[in-house]
Amino acid sequence: MIERGTSTAPVDPPAGTPAKPVTTGTTRRKSVGFLGSSNGRKAVMAVTGAVLVLFLVGHMTGNLKAFFGAASFNEYANFLRTMGEPLLPYRVALTLVEVVLGACIVLHMWSAVSLARRAGKARPVKYAAKRKSQAGGYAVHTMRYGGVVILLFVIYHLLDLTFGTVNPAGWDGTPYERLVAGFAPERWWVTLFYAVAVVMVGLHLRHGLWSAFQTLGLASGRSYRPLKGAAAAISAVLVLGFLVVPVAVMSGVIK
Amino acid sequence: MNLTLKVWRQNGPQDKGRMVTYRVEDVSPDMSFLEMLDVLNERLILEGDDPIAFDHDCREGICGMCGMVINGVAHGEQVATTTCQLHMRHFEDNAVITIEPWRAAPFPVVKDLVVDRSAFDRIIQAGGFISVPAGSAPDAHSVPVKKVDADAAFDAATCIGCGACVAACPNGSASLFTAAKITHLSLLPQGQPERDSRAKAMVEQMDAEGFGGCTNTGECTAVCPKGIPLDTIAQMNRDYLRSSK
Repeated sequence: MIERGTSTAPVDPPAGTPAKPVTTGTTRRKSVGFLGSSNGRKAVMAVTGAVLVLFLVGHMTGNLKAFFGAASFNEYANFLRTMGEPLLPYRVALTLVEVVLGACIVLHMWSAVSLARRAGKARPVKYAAKRKSQAGGYAVHTMRYGGVVILLFVIYHLLDLTFGTVNPAGWDGTPYERLVAGFAPERWWVTLFYAVAVVMVGLHLRHGLWSAFQTLGLASGRSYRPLKGAAAAISAVLVLGFLVVPVAVMSGVIK
Repeated sequence: MNLTLKVWRQNGPQDKGRMVTYRVEDVSPDMSFLEMLDVLNERLILEGDDPIAFDHDCREGICGMCGMVINGVAHGEQVATTTCQLHMRHFEDNAVITIEPWRAAPFPVVKDLVVDRSAFDRIIQAGGFISVPAGSAPDAHSVPVKKVDADAAFDAATCIGCGACVAACPNGSASLFTAAKITHLSLLPQGQPERDSRAKAMVEQMDAEGFGGCTNTGECTAVCPKGIPLDTIAQMNRDYLRSSK
């Protein structure tokens, strides 16, 4: 019931609106739990995203080995498989990393999809006027479709350089051979696709990096500027670091 | 000034609703947006039409009753201004102005531009309170509060609960409102006893009402007539995570 003045007839709540439980300090509604709440899911997104960013930094650094020649690059690729030896058997450490990364991707997507669905339900009737963004910022509006582009890219990327399925050098080639064959000048469209995807990753991190700090409650009024600055800088470094290798191969600097 | 208004008309909660175009003439640039609608409504009444229903009370920008989405922006494009304090001089002559209610599932339309915001009341009821012994007012300085905390708490407490943050949020999230209420209490000594249970209960009530989650777009802060800062949401997240340990 909306209480109105006597001059206005009382207004009933819309039919079909369930009576909402009113909680007080003493009688608490049954908790949906941490993972059931939007804040909990955001925290999952932030933490898994942070793990994936750390992976990206390592991945980018490793890629730059391509500039030191085939031997250096292949040796590094082999090191990833022999990491932890002799304590751990061959490829065990790498497999563990892969499992953690895979779990992070799944959880990151789960929180993103469930929160996007919740957001969709929260606004069933759209605005007639085209809504203008008042906050500015382009990156934030690329997060959802950008995430889908990144997912498709990751699938292609694994088929290309990990499994060699869509790579001319194939599974039997060395990692360096797959690299050089994959980004060969006549396959310029592969490099173009990588460039689009990597820029999407950059935009994703431009918003995602500082956003994760905000979600985990680690941001405050004074830290927004440095956080957003750092997010932009790290995103730019990652985009350049990831793009320089395929572009170098395509332009013949790396053969 | 002469204006063309495209206004959302909806007879009641069950009505489907539609945009209706009105021509308003001889509008003074000194009128507030609501006064301009008053002029239109007087004409509609004289013509035997149903006047456009909209919420309003103090018309001084402090009560939080008014609010409509004007040309796609909650409270219009004027920064830190409620609809009642928005003046027609900010519009051009012969402008076409689209006026819509707040759009969010937890804010059902009651009539035309009036939405039911009692979801906010239930969020407050879930935890927006402190336990204090009733009786005479305590001495002003008996509980010391740091100046920075007092200022930040006051900034958060200026939230008038108008709902513009929800209307502007692409996710239909009530995070800025809920965060303002949580921050206002959790920065002060009086708010400490219920600090953990408050964050948990209010966040869960916010979800239960059907509001979306926050994606840190900052649209809420940008339209907030009181300029509630985005770091209140960080405070809410901090308190919520603390309560979940």
